[in-house]
Amino acid sequence: MSLLEVTDLTVRYGDSAVVNAVSFAVNRGESVGIVGESGSGKSQIALSILGLLPDNATVSGSIRFDGLELAGKTDKQLDAIRAVRIGIVFQDPMQALNPYLRVGQQLRQILLQHELANGVEADESVKKMLELVGLPDPERQFHAFPHELSGGMRQRVMIASALICEPDLLIADEPTTALDVTVQAQILDLLEELRDETALLLITHDLGIVAGRCERLLVFDEGRLVESGATTSIFSSPGTAHTRKLLAAALRTDRGEIRATANGKTVLGVDNASVSYRDKSKERLVAVTDVSLSLREAETLAIVGESGSGKSSLVRGLLGLIPMRAGRVVYAGEPLEGPVQFRSAAQRRDLQLIFQDPASALNPQMRVQTIVGEPLLVHEPAMSSDTRNESVVSILNKVGLDESYLRRFPHQLSGGQAQRIAIARALILEPKILICDEAVAALDGSVREQVLELLNDVQCDTGLSIIFISHDLAVVRSVSHRVAVMYLGQLVEVANTANLFSSPRHPYTKALIEASPVPDPLVAPASAPLKGEVPSLLTPPSGCVFHPRCVFAQSECSNKRPSLREYGGSRVSCHRAAELEL
Amino acid sequence: MLRYTLLRLLGAIPTLLLVIVLAFLMVHAAPGGPFDAERALPAEVAANIEAAYHLDEPLPKQLGRYMSGLLRGDLGPSFRYRDYTVAELIGTGFPLSLRIGLLAIVLALLLGISSGTVAALRHGSMLDRIVMSFAMTGISIPVFVVAPVLVLLLAVKLQWLPAGWSGTPGAAKYILPVFTLALPQIAYIARLTRASMIDVLGRDFIRTARAQGLGTKTIIRVHALKPAMLPILSYMGPAIAAILTGSVVVEEVFGIPGLGQFFVRGALNRDYTLVLGIVIFYATLIITLNLIVDILYGVIDPRVRNQ
Amino acid sequence: MKKSGGILLFILVMAIVGPWLSPHDYQDTNFDAILNAPSFAGVHFFGTDDLGRDLFVRTMLGIRITLLVAIVASLVSLVIGVTYGAVAGYVGGRVDAVMMRFVDTLYALPFIFFVILLMVVFERNFFLIFVAIGAINWLDMARIVRGQTLSLREREFVDAARLTGVSTARIIFRHIAPNLLGIVVVYVTLTIPQAILVESFLSFLGLGIQEPQTSLGSLVDGGVNQMEGASWMLLIPAALLALILMCFNFLGDALRDFFDARKSP
Repeated sequence: MSLLEVTDLTVRYGDSAVVNAVSFAVNRGESVGIVGESGSGKSQIALSILGLLPDNATVSGSIRFDGLELAGKTDKQLDAIRAVRIGIVFQDPMQALNPYLRVGQQLRQILLQHELANGVEADESVKKMLELVGLPDPERQFHAFPHELSGGMRQRVMIASALICEPDLLIADEPTTALDVTVQAQILDLLEELRDETALLLITHDLGIVAGRCERLLVFDEGRLVESGATTSIFSSPGTAHTRKLLAAALRTDRGEIRATANGKTVLGVDNASVSYRDKSKERLVAVTDVSLSLREAETLAIVGESGSGKSSLVRGLLGLIPMRAGRVVYAGEPLEGPVQFRSAAQRRDLQLIFQDPASALNPQMRVQTIVGEPLLVHEPAMSSDTRNESVVSILNKVGLDESYLRRFPHQLSGGQAQRIAIARALILEPKILICDEAVAALDGSVREQVLELLNDVQCDTGLSIIFISHDLAVVRSVSHRVAVMYLGQLVEVANTANLFSSPRHPYTKALIEASPVPDPLVAPASAPLKGEVPSLLTPPSGCVFHPRCVFAQSECSNKRPSLREYGGSRVSCHRAAELEL
Repeated sequence: MLRYTLLRLLGAIPTLLLVIVLAFLMVHAAPGGPFDAERALPAEVAANIEAAYHLDEPLPKQLGRYMSGLLRGDLGPSFRYRDYTVAELIGTGFPLSLRIGLLAIVLALLLGISSGTVAALRHGSMLDRIVMSFAMTGISIPVFVVAPVLVLLLAVKLQWLPAGWSGTPGAAKYILPVFTLALPQIAYIARLTRASMIDVLGRDFIRTARAQGLGTKTIIRVHALKPAMLPILSYMGPAIAAILTGSVVVEEVFGIPGLGQFFVRGALNRDYTLVLGIVIFYATLIITLNLIVDILYGVIDPRVRNQ
Repeated sequence: MKKSGGILLFILVMAIVGPWLSPHDYQDTNFDAILNAPSFAGVHFFGTDDLGRDLFVRTMLGIRITLLVAIVASLVSLVIGVTYGAVAGYVGGRVDAVMMRFVDTLYALPFIFFVILLMVVFERNFFLIFVAIGAINWLDMARIVRGQTLSLREREFVDAARLTGVSTARIIFRHIAPNLLGIVVVYVTLTIPQAILVESFLSFLGLGIQEPQTSLGSLVDGGVNQMEGASWMLLIPAALLALILMCFNFLGDALRDFFDARKSP
């Protein structure tokens, strides 16, 4: 008998069904992946198993756990199963943990509730669990509040809370989406290590994560289960068009290579830029230290890094949104300096920025027509409104949207449409440089591909230079000519894309590459290449900022800061670059 | 935590100073003097009296004199009630107002929080709607309407409770004034609690608690109660101010010789020192209370302590 | 929401039109008809007061004045509060800190006492009533607007506008202001009841509207004095006052729900 047997599960809100007649099973000790794009109903399934759906949801169908029917049971009845037999890990530990209670208190309550331990015994069990999930100082962290811990540590606490009663089934709903890629690798390893005989239901949109870690896959699309089977079979011979589409997006097989050739002319030069700002508690943080880059015409330069790397601060400093503390930026022979409101019109026209969150980047009270037309209003005041509207329609068509979108408001657009509107707004002035700050991170696979293809086209047609900021190496690999890797505000490596990926010269670059999930079930996932997490900007390490986490570190590395030097076509900032064979 | 407390303490001082100066200036800006209401005095005598009370000195000097008096705890003599100092008058009126006010706020918190929580737990149900209708009525009817209506109904027509104050024996005379004063606060706190509780119960960490198998009672007690109380805590400052305001009416309607009455009389009589003294007294009370509220807020919400 | 709006509208219409339906003038004293209970006989729908004046007409007049004062006062606090809050929120930094510290200081004051003082000081000037009430209520509006402006300023569409080179004026008027509209409307409907309460309170204490003009608060004050003999003098204006306040509160609540829903699709 299967551990979990779901039959004809349907979840409705009013008239619409977010989960539609879904049936599947999970066996004891098995690891099963649930994949699909956002809105496909994956999380709803997880919540319905534990009876955590909101009151206005109607559930029908059967959910049998170890022979016991869960559907239709009351909270009280389900409490006997929750945590004890089925544990769950949610996506965002900052929201999922109680910010007002200490970590230890939250965890011990679970033991108390299910009468598994009491008083001091409970405290000891919790501390043991904290140690098991890899917290460096369980004694101290027992008394810490969630906001005092880093993102990775919080998720470890979350996992501890899910596994502390040793359940038979662990559900993990996008457990690593909110984490840095090197931390993600650690957490995925941890899950595998700890679960023993506990079955795992891993929900994610990232096919790379499930490829090496799940025996079976369930593919969802708009509430329906479209395909299920062994991971290896699904990857090698997908049965449905939708699965093929998902795989294509993950493997980027059907998009053409970068077509534009970057010619030699430099359009933007950055010399020794440093950016600092004050955070909420008025501490001064140096976000970017001494970064030098150049960008050529029709080139895509990617800047990669995890949280705290300074990539966003760097471009905001470039653009004049935040002040630069030191360094020079030169555009088209002219220095680019000062706050954005004091820059020349030409400078403001030629450099445009696209943000990560399209919902936040569009004024909710403005119609698409006004949003896209506004730049023209500012830079071509003499243009008649008719001509302006024509330009708006023309650029909308270019991004693949028709006239019907003109009168719409942002809340009537999907994520992909909104991002395309943002791009249209950026492109209407025919800029020379476009900066994309995690512009596709919030988009689903197929939509992301469309947007990237669009950028590719524009680059070919107009010679647009692109600075592409991302934490996702897989995307970067296929869209950029050159890559710059940043860590804690400093450049560690700059190289041609091909060279960077085939022969990385900096230990951090190598770790990033290794930590990125590979969507190939036949490749065993590498164990997390890096321990620990990115240190706080408030207390940067001495010497080479990466040395505390570097397996190759020597005494020199903690004393002296390395400078960026040439090695075989790449620039690397590492004392041992010459000798290391990575 | 200590630093947070100290900062708050320091911040309170300029506020208090500002209040004193403002109040002083306003009181002295009023046309007419404290002695106008009495029989017209010959100019000489009037001048003498003014000199005795230092009213002929330039304002800044009077202010300085007043402030140094404050430091010694001397609020000056009442201009109207000649035999008493302001401090003595406050000492007479305040304890009574305090008793009634405290009872009112305690009543408001007890009834308000419990009914608000019940409404939140059963939100959408008939019980919820009934409780909220009462609350809506409570905040829509001003104290000065409730007081006389209740007196009319319960004291005059039905004769269940005493209407007057002085000369009435027993504790029963507290019931109507306290309840009248408390009513709008009960209603407001109920609405606030309900909204806050519903908001907290909708947050992700409550879903986690449910996923951990903690029953409703435990979830409320361990996870939801503290954060849900935060808006109520913040409201305590304005709540006290509202009680103070309401006390003026209640004391008027029931004839209670409390501080509120003294204030209105003082204002009408141009009794500078009395009015000033009461304003400063109340302001100090409110500022102190806000300080305590701020500190408690820091105790409940650890994220705030770093600011 | 519709019900409250409907009731308010009805009351408003009655207040404007009402007095023409009655043959009596609000000032006409008639010592032969003192303290008559409501009846259709002498066309005294609401009865008469202690000076023989018709209560129906006086109540309608009272409603007019109460609403007038409340709306004007709310507009005053709206203008002051929104400007203050928007400036503090948009400029941010030190200026914001100082401005909000000032607001916090004012919050701590037993403000109603200052208002009473003001009223006594300036001898019950009708115009001053608006100002005084407006001066109490702007604090809440300023705080709310400042909070909203602060979070709007962090939104990326403002950055996008700055980058494109949109002028600060246009940013404030075309980008920030429309996004404030929702919350301002909600708060105005909640400020009006507060203003009504303050005005009524002042009139009740004898510091507000002067005879022979009247407001609902004065009528209630008069009613309290006649409570034992002529209870209608108290109950009718009191009931109307409560009704008006309730309608505004309901309206405010409903609007708040409406705008909350619109924000997150």
